[in-house]
Amino acid sequence: MAEVSLQNLSKSFGDQVALKDVNLTIPDGSFVVLLGPTGAGKTTTLRMIAGLDKPSSGMVLINGQDVANQSPAERNTAMVFQQYSLYPHLSVRQNLAFPLKSPMLRTPDNEITRKVDEVAEVLQISHKLDNKATELSGGEMQRVSIGRALVRSPQIYLMDEPLSSLDAKLRSDLRIELKRIQASLGATMLYVTHDQIEAMTMATHVGVLNQGKLVQFASPREIYENPVSVYAASRLGSPKINILPAELFPNAPNAATQIGLRPEHIRIGEGQAARVGRVERLGDQTRLHLKLGENDLITLTDAHTEFAKGDTLKIAPQSPLYFDVSGDRIQ
Amino acid sequence: MSGHSVTEPSNRQKWISGLLVITYAVITIMPLLWIIATGFKSPEDAISYPPKVVFEPSVEGYVNLFTARTRVTPSMEETLPPPDTWYEQIARESGTVIVGPSRYGQRFLNSVIIGFGSTFLSIFFGTLAAYAFSRFRVPIKDDLLFFILSTRMMPPIAVAIPIFLMFRQLGLNDTHLGMILLYTAVNLSLSVWLLKGFIDEIPLEYEEAALIDGYTRFQAFYKVVLPQAATGIASTAIFCLIFAWNEYAFAVLLTSGTAQTAPPFIPTIIGVGGKDWPAVAAGATLFLIPVMIFTILLRKHLLRGITFGAVRK
Repeated sequence: MAEVSLQNLSKSFGDQVALKDVNLTIPDGSFVVLLGPTGAGKTTTLRMIAGLDKPSSGMVLINGQDVANQSPAERNTAMVFQQYSLYPHLSVRQNLAFPLKSPMLRTPDNEITRKVDEVAEVLQISHKLDNKATELSGGEMQRVSIGRALVRSPQIYLMDEPLSSLDAKLRSDLRIELKRIQASLGATMLYVTHDQIEAMTMATHVGVLNQGKLVQFASPREIYENPVSVYAASRLGSPKINILPAELFPNAPNAATQIGLRPEHIRIGEGQAARVGRVERLGDQTRLHLKLGENDLITLTDAHTEFAKGDTLKIAPQSPLYFDVSGDRIQ
Repeated sequence: MSGHSVTEPSNRQKWISGLLVITYAVITIMPLLWIIATGFKSPEDAISYPPKVVFEPSVEGYVNLFTARTRVTPSMEETLPPPDTWYEQIARESGTVIVGPSRYGQRFLNSVIIGFGSTFLSIFFGTLAAYAFSRFRVPIKDDLLFFILSTRMMPPIAVAIPIFLMFRQLGLNDTHLGMILLYTAVNLSLSVWLLKGFIDEIPLEYEEAALIDGYTRFQAFYKVVLPQAATGIASTAIFCLIFAWNEYAFAVLLTSGTAQTAPPFIPTIIGVGGKDWPAVAAGATLFLIPVMIFTILLRKHLLRGITFGAVRK
């Protein structure tokens, strides 16, 4: 396993800037999640580390070594593509063995069998090993695709939304499984997702990308509690952070134009009057959809709340986040 | 409303299309049956009028096809020892004596060498070129592709004379190599275009996955692209083989002996010992068989769809 570091990495496709001056160090053994909407540059970052795309400028260093002149094979990375791209002419077993048989690894046959069986066991696809890759369901294909990365011990695992096509149950199972495998191998992992639960639960570090720029790189907890901007704050948390005009509540700093309130950071019982628009009972907690003047916001309350639609209640901010006119955080 | 959907054809439509298909099949297959039947007729039955549909089968045509014979008078025949083989016997019955094998076997072999040789080369170069055109940024790619296609816009025989002169200069007249190169040149444009279409449809992700899995570009091509292009390669190979196998005009012009293929040879059979239609028909029937076998062997690849489903679109 290795430390991977990106230095002033930029990539343009024609006029379109996909990635701009990204500086990022993925420490050895860490689980780094890149967060951002479609087009933020997440996949481009993975492809440049893997060697599938050449950077327009900047460097990729693996273990301190510039890999600009190394082929994808020489870089020894494993990648799980968003499109599962199993080799359709091979069986599941042959797909899993494919990287082990490569001229880079030349694994002995008994070793291949052992590793493939082991990975198949973990991913619960042992019974499908002799099927053609095309005879699998979407979820099974994606597991084989993850398995094809896991049979190897590369410098870094690159995963491009590997769980996005799975159903909720399998996704949460595999989330835990992937995290367990990563921790037990001490593997370095760069993981792309737009699912904030995956980011919160798996990551040791989160990188937030916005239109090709890395806006914040920190632990998920740090980003949740101390986001540098409205954009970073909106990436994590479900329900999303409430962004409201700053003047709705007293005591806002002078430069502040927006106030950010996490749903759990709203105190009920004093302050401004708000109307209950909708009550969502989730079992363990209840979400209140409130209307404060013209603004909508969501807050959480206990499961057995008496509030009902149409009620009026008083709310006040608790540890609010303030942002200036350009969306940057005011400390 | 009668209860059929837009996608499901009605019974009447099924009947009409069935009838059309059968009519077409009968029209196409009639000459073929005629040729096969004629091969088993006696020379008299072959030219009888009205034509005989029911006849006494004979292998005389096949014997004549494979042998060189000379006509003998009845008095001479009496001086010969009795025939010791069944085909000698058949030849004697029509007043001839076998003097050796005919050249059909050798011409047939020439066809096999030239047909399959040029098909192999067309596919080999075609696949490499198609892959390059499909995957790499080739300068003036569109112009090159158009140029390759434009070589097919005229009938190949239009350049017969320059080719003839060129072949004479290069000593390629009446050689296997010359014919293989010629048919490869004609087929290559077809094979590049067809194969490029097939390779374009193979998603790039497979090769990228193979590159990351530790393979070089060429190994990725060989291990991942080629197996998935099998369908396209098989159908292209059939087209190339059929052209090279059936080609007549260049074969007449450029070959006469060593490298002569079966198509220009078959009509010459007719000259030996009168109008020998059964031997011609037998030659034509046997000539059909290799292409038929080749097509049947590759038939399963012609069914598209084996690569679909593993990439989420």
